[in-house]
Amino acid sequence: MTIPSYLELRRKTRERDRSLRDKVMSLEEAAALVADGDSLAIGGCTASRTPMAMIWALIRAGRRDLEVSRSIVSTEGDLLYASGVSRHIITSWFSQGIVWGVSKVMRAYTETRRARFEEWSHMAMGLRYRAGAMGVPFMPMRSMLGSGVLDRTEGAKAMECPFTGETLLLVPALNPEVAIIHVQRCDAYGNAQIDGLTFMDIDMAMAANKVILTTERIVSNEQIRRHPDQTKIGFFTVDAVVEVPFGSAPHECYGLYEPFYSHMDLYAQMTSKDPDMGAQAYLDRFYHEPKNWADYLGRIGMAELLDAQRRGSGIYDD
Amino acid sequence: MTTERARISLSVAPAYTGSELLAVMSARLLKDGQTVFAGVGIPLLAAILAQKTHAPGLTILFEGGVIGPFVEAGKLPPSTNEQRCSRRANMLVSITEVLLLLQRGYVDVGFMGGAQIDRFGNLNSSFIGDAENPKIRLPGTGGGNDIASLADMIVAMKHEKRRFVEKVDFITSPGFIDGGDTRAQAGLPAGGMFRVVTDLGILGFAAESRAMTVLALHPGVSAADIKANTGFDLPVPDDVEVTPAPTLGELAILRELDPEQLYTA
Repeated sequence: MTIPSYLELRRKTRERDRSLRDKVMSLEEAAALVADGDSLAIGGCTASRTPMAMIWALIRAGRRDLEVSRSIVSTEGDLLYASGVSRHIITSWFSQGIVWGVSKVMRAYTETRRARFEEWSHMAMGLRYRAGAMGVPFMPMRSMLGSGVLDRTEGAKAMECPFTGETLLLVPALNPEVAIIHVQRCDAYGNAQIDGLTFMDIDMAMAANKVILTTERIVSNEQIRRHPDQTKIGFFTVDAVVEVPFGSAPHECYGLYEPFYSHMDLYAQMTSKDPDMGAQAYLDRFYHEPKNWADYLGRIGMAELLDAQRRGSGIYDD
Repeated sequence: MTTERARISLSVAPAYTGSELLAVMSARLLKDGQTVFAGVGIPLLAAILAQKTHAPGLTILFEGGVIGPFVEAGKLPPSTNEQRCSRRANMLVSITEVLLLLQRGYVDVGFMGGAQIDRFGNLNSSFIGDAENPKIRLPGTGGGNDIASLADMIVAMKHEKRRFVEKVDFITSPGFIDGGDTRAQAGLPAGGMFRVVTDLGILGFAAESRAMTVLALHPGVSAADIKANTGFDLPVPDDVEVTPAPTLGELAILRELDPEQLYTA
C-alpha cells in the first residue's frame, strides 16, 4: 500500500473544474468517469443509502478490477465480486445483513481466493477517510492493537506517542480516485443535502479525487441557498450529478424507503444453494437484461416498491 | 442440586427460547443511567428490554451514528445502520463520530454477540480455521474490534463447545489477549471483558489471571453441563449462584418487541 504524495493529491484537486456549474448527466455518462483499476469508495453503509444505481451502471459498463472501499458492505459487494468489477474490497464487515446470515457469495469468492476481503476495524475505515479528507497521511487511534485484524492489514503502524510514550496505531489515509454517493436531494451543481444518517460520506467526499452523486431528486440552487446549513456535501467536491429515483433499491434511503425485504429474501434464496450460478442469474435478470433503471425497478416489482416506500416514510410519524 | 428436575421441565415445556433467556439475563446486567454501545440482535433487544424495565434512563448508542433512540416495538432494525435504529433519537452523527465516543471514554458498556470466544475473552468473527486458508470466512469485525478495544464488554452468545475454545482461531476483538496484563501491554489500557452471558450461565474473568470463570448458572443448569459445553477447563465455584428465571413480564416485553422472532427464535 502506498500513500499518494501530498503535492500529487493537491495537483489532482487543482486540475478539477471546481466552479459552480451544471454537472447533471446520465448514469452511463457518469460510469465513464470511472476507469478500470481505479480505487472506488462507496457511500452509505450496509443496506442504507447504497448508490445502487451507480453500481448497476458500472457493472453494466463492464468496469474491471476496481479497488473498492466502504464502511460496511452488503449485497452490492457480492455483485461487484461476481461481475468482476472488483476482486478487492476494503471494509470492516461484509455480508448481506445479520438476519440473512453470512453471505454465501462473499464466502465462495474469498474462500477460493478468487477475491480479497481486506478487513479493517470500522473506526479505522472512518479515520482513514478522515485522514484523506484532512490532507494528512495518517490518523492515530487506540483500537485494532493486539488483534489479528492488525496483523493482516497492510499499512497500519504502531508507534510510541512522542508526548505520552503510549502505544498508538497510525492508520493510513484513504484518498479514493472516485467516490460514489447517493443522497436524497442536491442541486445541479452538486450541493447535497442528506437526511438522517450520514455514515462516512462527508469525509469520503472530501477525501476523493472525484465525486459522483446520484440523487433521488434534483432541486434548485435557490432551494439549497434557503438552508445552506443543511448542505452536507459541497458543490466544489462534486464532478457529476445523476437524478435516479429509488437509486438505492433494494436497499433503503432514509425517510423515503426502507429496504425491500422480500426482494432481499429473494436474493438470499437465489444465492444460497449455488452462490456462483445464483449470483450470475441475479445479475442477468436484474443488471444485464433491464432496458433501463425503470425496467430494473419494474422487475423488482411495484408492490415491493410501494411497500418499501410506505415503511420508509413512516420514520417521521409521531 | 435440582438439576435433573429442572432439565426435564425445560425439555418438556420450555417457557422461553435460548435467545430469550440470553436477552433477559443480559438486560439485567445493564444499569439505569449507563451509556451502552449495542450491536444488533440480542444486544439491541436486551438494551431495549432494560430500557423498558429497570433502566429507563439507559442511553443506547448504535454504530450507524445514533445516540439515545427509542426503537419501536415490532420494527426492529436488520442492522445498526438502518433508519429504524434512529427512531426518536436525541442526536444523529457520523459513524466515525459515534465510534470516537468510545475512544473519548463516554461509553460505560460495550455490548455485542460473538461467534467464538476463548478462555481470555478474545472474540473471533473473522475466520474459522486458518486465516490464510479459512474453512469459513465470517463477516468480520464491523465495530466489534473498536468496541472491545475501548469499553467494558458484555458479550451474549450461545454456549457450545465449538464456540468456547481454548484459543480463538483469530482475534477479531481483543479480550485479555494472553491473560494477566497482556492487554494493556498491547496498547489497550482501558476496557476489557466484563461479563459473558450464555444460555447456560453468566461468566466473568478472574482479577489476576484474567481467565474465564463461572459466576452464576441459569435455573436447571449444573456445573457438569456448563463444563461439558466448554472447550477448556472452566472453574465453577462450589457455592455458585443460580440466576432467577425470566419473568412473564420480561418475556412479554420481548415478544412485543420482536413479534416475528427475528432475533429470538
